[in-house]
Amino acid sequence: MSASEAIKVRGLTKRYGRTAALRGVDLDLMQGEQIAVFGPNGSGKTTLLKVLAGLLRPTKGSLQIDGMDYKQDGSKIRRRIGVVSHHPYLYDDLTGEENLLFYGRMYGIEDLAQSVERALDRSGIKRRSRDKVRTLSRGMQQRLALARATLHDPDLLLLDEPDTGLDQEASDHISEFLEHDHGKRRSLVMATHNLRLGGAHCNRFVILSNGKVAYEGRTDGLKTEQIEELYRNHASAN
Amino acid sequence: MRQPIRQATLNKGFEAPAEANSAGWTGYGWDWLRAYGRQIGALFWKDLLIELRTKDVLASMLVFGLLTLTVFTFAFDLRAESVLLVSPGVLWVAILFAGTLGLGRSYSHERESGSLEGLLLCPGDRSAIFVAKLLTNLVFLGLLEIVLLPVFSAFFDVSALKPGVIGIILLGTVGFAAVGSIFGAMAVNTRAREVMLPVLLLPILIPLIIGAVKATGLLMDGQPWSEVWTWVNLLIAFDVVYLVVSFILYEFVIEDWG
Repeated sequence: MSASEAIKVRGLTKRYGRTAALRGVDLDLMQGEQIAVFGPNGSGKTTLLKVLAGLLRPTKGSLQIDGMDYKQDGSKIRRRIGVVSHHPYLYDDLTGEENLLFYGRMYGIEDLAQSVERALDRSGIKRRSRDKVRTLSRGMQQRLALARATLHDPDLLLLDEPDTGLDQEASDHISEFLEHDHGKRRSLVMATHNLRLGGAHCNRFVILSNGKVAYEGRTDGLKTEQIEELYRNHASAN
Repeated sequence: MRQPIRQATLNKGFEAPAEANSAGWTGYGWDWLRAYGRQIGALFWKDLLIELRTKDVLASMLVFGLLTLTVFTFAFDLRAESVLLVSPGVLWVAILFAGTLGLGRSYSHERESGSLEGLLLCPGDRSAIFVAKLLTNLVFLGLLEIVLLPVFSAFFDVSALKPGVIGIILLGTVGFAAVGSIFGAMAVNTRAREVMLPVLLLPILIPLIIGAVKATGLLMDGQPWSEVWTWVNLLIAFDVVYLVVSFILYEFVIEDWG
């Protein structure tokens, strides 16, 4: 494995009982690359991201993050990744600031107060940072989730449909965040139904269909309409 | 490796920058221990703060425990000759039933907010989650017992506020919290979790219940320690076995939370 490979996946299979959610997926991601994972509901996007995050154990196949394996180096890998999912992973009865302080302590961030301050500034919800999370809108919770996922400055960011259920303003914030994040040369895997978002912020994309990679390509020079056409042609394959 | 614009500095115990890593989580050195302790502290602080705001666990435990004592007061014939036979069992039934209710609820806010996965994503040894839950549950059970003991003494007209009895209750509580903290984690993701926890928990607790009830009864009756030691030893053995086993197995139990 090359030293600059962020993710190397070979023959990844994940079964839930008799149902296969992933069927022999191969995927490579170099350090600093961004890849969008497209696919219809049930194609295996969330399962793939959960396996990459170490939340699910693959049934078959191999997975390496930064050249490391979850079996031997689970804690080291978890330190290097940040995850945003459908759930914000925030405690409703704590304030936004308290949630960030809690996760900061869990990740062992030493200059925690400043890191939290910066994260709240960046997420644009500093004014509401002392309100309980349950009083925040879904959009604000998602901004806070992004702040939580990047508080420890991970090398690899995994986003699972980050804009689902958000209004236009909140979706725009995700876009702005990703735009700003490009400067950090962070590796990114983003599962999304939003072809425009994926095309704009990732330099590669894969289309998953029935747990398999049906198409893999680069977004450079492709218009959203062209990605849509590729999606239509490949999303129902396998 | 990317050349990051680092905005967060991580302490050494979390093995942060690979190039600076000497004593990380895998090193099990002093840094590791400090990082481990910091995680336990963060989890413990989070649970107490949430409980302080919601009163979810303590309120349900206290109401249920007091109701149990009240119901038993009316249900049994409490003449002087029978009270010492019945009352230790009543006390432990109240502690165990109310405690089981609280143990089940202690994981509910993790599930409701989807934060179980958030915890699994954190670096470090996942047994820190167990230790923190154990400490939190010990605090909650201790508070329950502080309220129940005087009420129990008054209702049944027995002297339960003796150092020996309190010692037995502490021993029993440690074992109960250890088993409850791991079985609570098992039950939290099951469909019938409210039923599943007592179904899993109570059979395992039978040796502890026998030892605790016998020892409590003998001490309330003013029997000498030589009579009580067998039961104390049973409680100590139960505590040690289940603390060690739960600590070791916890990581495997929570693996399926994702």
